[in-house]
Amino acid sequence: MNTPSLSRAFALLLWRDLLLAYRRRTEMINPLLFFVLVTTLFPLGIGADPALLRQVAPGIIWVAALLAAMLSLDSVFRSDFEDGSLEQFLISAQPLSILVLAKVVAHWLITGLPLLIVAPLLGLLLDLPAASISTLLVTLALGTPVLSMIGAIGVALTVGLHRGGVILSLLVLPLYIPVLIFAANAVESAGAGLPIVAHLSLLTALLVLSTSLSPLATAAALKISLS
Amino acid sequence: MTGTGAIFCLEASGLGCVRDDRSLFEDLSFRLSSGQVLLLEGRNGSGKTSLLRLLCGMRQPDAGEIRWDGEDIFGLGPDYHTHIAYVGHKDGVKHDLTAFENLKLARGLAAPNLDTSIEDALRQVELWGFDDVAARNLSAGQQRRLALARLLVTRANLWILDEPFTSLDSRGIAIVETLFSNHVAHGGMLAVTSHHQVQLGDAETIRIDLSS
Repeated sequence: MNTPSLSRAFALLLWRDLLLAYRRRTEMINPLLFFVLVTTLFPLGIGADPALLRQVAPGIIWVAALLAAMLSLDSVFRSDFEDGSLEQFLISAQPLSILVLAKVVAHWLITGLPLLIVAPLLGLLLDLPAASISTLLVTLALGTPVLSMIGAIGVALTVGLHRGGVILSLLVLPLYIPVLIFAANAVESAGAGLPIVAHLSLLTALLVLSTSLSPLATAAALKISLS
Repeated sequence: MTGTGAIFCLEASGLGCVRDDRSLFEDLSFRLSSGQVLLLEGRNGSGKTSLLRLLCGMRQPDAGEIRWDGEDIFGLGPDYHTHIAYVGHKDGVKHDLTAFENLKLARGLAAPNLDTSIEDALRQVELWGFDDVAARNLSAGQQRRLALARLLVTRANLWILDEPFTSLDSRGIAIVETLFSNHVAHGGMLAVTSHHQVQLGDAETIRIDLSS
């Protein structure tokens, strides 16, 4: 292994972030806990009428997922910024965008994937029909990576600021809205027996677009934040 | 230590740096070749760290340019980064990882030095035996030595070091100075800021005082 290898660096960084998450697992559980708590509080707040719950469930689950994703965003680069690891990535022999991609993928595996795992249970809790639950899973699988990808750009821009939290939400939320609309609408349409191909195609397009462009934008933003 | 024996040259011409509307230095030029040491001196806030960050390519100079073997370092990008290793004020040590894991990552992200294993590097900074200890449980001086061990696992020719002796005891300083003189003796380059008087034997030293 004489030359620095791209795939090896990617795998190494992914391994590092997953290992770090495992060693700090109590912090990592927060977004998931938030997602479950918000969703379970709704039936208590608006009443346990199954017809009503069935109607609002797609929106509730997706809004909760979106907020949970946003809550976890800051942790993508925060600790690396504070201990100087980010500077090391910047002058690494590998392109920064590939390292960024590894970090965002790790972040999604840590914060996005658990949402997918508990979502069917929450769907059952809100009395969603089986067709809607499977659609919910598909939209979450396509949509939450988009949230991580877009969010990474915002975090990279605000990581150098001391109180970047509010600006981050203002930057990122408008970009999250298309995902929310298409995803929640798809789940609703599936429940009503309507076709959802268009929604899923659009979500897939968003996923492809954000995965290919976000690492480049995030890398550029990090360079600005660190200069 | 560099293993290649090739001669490299870092050249800065007409460098200027402005921070918060204040000019830190202007029209700074120097030439650093293999086997030479660049020693930056100056008061606090005179721009030593800013200059080192320019040399790393982390920040664009406000004036002038920096060339590695005749090519602009921003044009070279990651190709330039394979030649440099940087230890700044922030250690870049991950507290939740062990000493060994920290170096494994550093090795993977840089051009790895095939002659020096992670174990060798840890032995050289006298941290072997602490390899499976989480970095958070190491003392400040040990963490600093771990950060400096990162220099050894890469093939970098140019070591860029910002106050490398911070929190090191006299034994630590001696260890690190040995690493530095070995590196320079093998044709490496060193760009360093330090309040501590650096003892590097007979290495050719270029001194730049930024407060003048």
